[in-house]
Amino acid sequence: MKGRIWGAHLGLLAVLALAHFLLPDYHHNNVAKVMVLACYAMGYNIAFGYTGLLSLGHALFFASGLYATALSINLLGWSAGPSLALGLLAGAVMAVAVGLLALRTAGVAFMIVTLMFAQAGYLTILYLGQWTRGDEGIVIAQGLRVIAGFDLSAEGPRYLAALALFGAGLLANLWLVRSPFGRVMVAMRENEARARMLGYNPFRVKLASLAISGLYAGAAGAAYAVMFGYAGASLAGVQYSILPMLWVLLGGAGTVMGPFIGCLLMFYLVAYSANVTSASLLVVGLVLVALVLFAPKGLLGSLRTRGVTWLP
Amino acid sequence: MAAMTLLEARGLTRHFGGLKAVDDVDFDLETGEIHALIGPNGAGKTTFVSLLSGRISPQAGSIRFQGKDITGLPAHRRVRAGIAYTFQITQIFANLTVFDNVALAVQPRSGVRRLRAGVDAALARVGLEDRAEQVAGTLSYGHQRLLEIAMGLALQPKLLILDEPTQGLAAGEIDGFKRLVAGLVPDTTALLIEHNMEVVMDLAHRITVLNFGQVLASGTPESVRGNPAVQAAYLGGG
Repeated sequence: MKGRIWGAHLGLLAVLALAHFLLPDYHHNNVAKVMVLACYAMGYNIAFGYTGLLSLGHALFFASGLYATALSINLLGWSAGPSLALGLLAGAVMAVAVGLLALRTAGVAFMIVTLMFAQAGYLTILYLGQWTRGDEGIVIAQGLRVIAGFDLSAEGPRYLAALALFGAGLLANLWLVRSPFGRVMVAMRENEARARMLGYNPFRVKLASLAISGLYAGAAGAAYAVMFGYAGASLAGVQYSILPMLWVLLGGAGTVMGPFIGCLLMFYLVAYSANVTSASLLVVGLVLVALVLFAPKGLLGSLRTRGVTWLP
Repeated sequence: MAAMTLLEARGLTRHFGGLKAVDDVDFDLETGEIHALIGPNGAGKTTFVSLLSGRISPQAGSIRFQGKDITGLPAHRRVRAGIAYTFQITQIFANLTVFDNVALAVQPRSGVRRLRAGVDAALARVGLEDRAEQVAGTLSYGHQRLLEIAMGLALQPKLLILDEPTQGLAAGEIDGFKRLVAGLVPDTTALLIEHNMEVVMDLAHRITVLNFGQVLASGTPESVRGNPAVQAAYLGGG
């Protein structure tokens, strides 16, 4: 069983590595972006899918990584490597700061509090337009997006860097949910009162889960800034809090590969429906209604209940 | 053999509005005993053990466990200190496997390597060792109760509080349960809320009777059985 699990996940990474040589330019670029965003979705899934924390404010953690990296390059003149690390940490630190306050609440109140924090972050970015340039956003010059000789603005290295990030995130995610702590996260989701009576402090477990989630979101935001050279306020808006939830629900909440699959499908669904109609969000809405009706556990979640029970 | 006090409660009080669920209760548990808590429905038994386990905080009074004041300690830290509680209404993780349920209790004390051995040992004590991979929610009710007890045992508590453990068990399962609890002492002290008087009389070294949130009587099974106030209130005039 252990071999099958690692085989499936390493297999996905192998397919993505092979795709690097096979995909035409348009798709090559898309899949690189999807891998970065899937990293964000995996982070969301750790909080939502595994620990049961329904946050509506993850855009704040993504934007923390995005802006920490973009601003430290453009304003402080840092090189891309250290600013990437800064972005990653910024996501985790922001998640802990928000968690310390928001985790005093639960359920609907937690959703509202996280949403408010994220909106406050969004408005702060607009307010500090002098440095962030608000909606218009920051563009990072091509020459500044180089780490250890790899020009991440070029398509080849960018794809491979996205794959490295996604691969590390995926395997760490897999290891985490199969670890004793992963079991405790699920216990919090399933029955917090019982978990407490087994000696676990719910607040600390949830805060740790949120910190890991924020680390993923921050890493994705930081990578996005360096790879795509852009940081704008729209990436901090409420839409970017909802999107990871939709990706996770589509792919399967509480599954390791689900966030990537959901993100990939949604990306292409939006892209292709935009070719057919200007109301592409209507198509997305219909797909989600169908999902809730026919596969409420998402694609991988449904697969797991229908026989592939070993899927983590 | 001088009896050692494991837990002592003094003046423990918890009211819900006008209802005096637990009212100025003094209570002592000796190390290594099986102590039964009995009383009519609504006498405050579950509220009382909830105060001991920390699920509810008292409005007055104090609790000492192994000589240390634990009145202000949150529930999860009391569990770590050695007070385990098994729920009256079965509260297992229904969507997880039997193994994962017990592993959650075992893993803080075992490494990853000794986890399976610890889980297997806890399951073997209640006779569920061949059901480790089953999803817990699909177990029969009696087996879910046994799983609940296995989780309590796996915490290796000094005090195990069992809230109506035999409720809903078949006669054969009750016999197995009695053997299990009798085998716990003296390493583990057991506090048992129980309605089945046969189980109480067979197992308990001492009995405390609660009525309207107060201690009506406390002592050996014989003295409690012979107590006229208890007979009037609870045993139906015996």
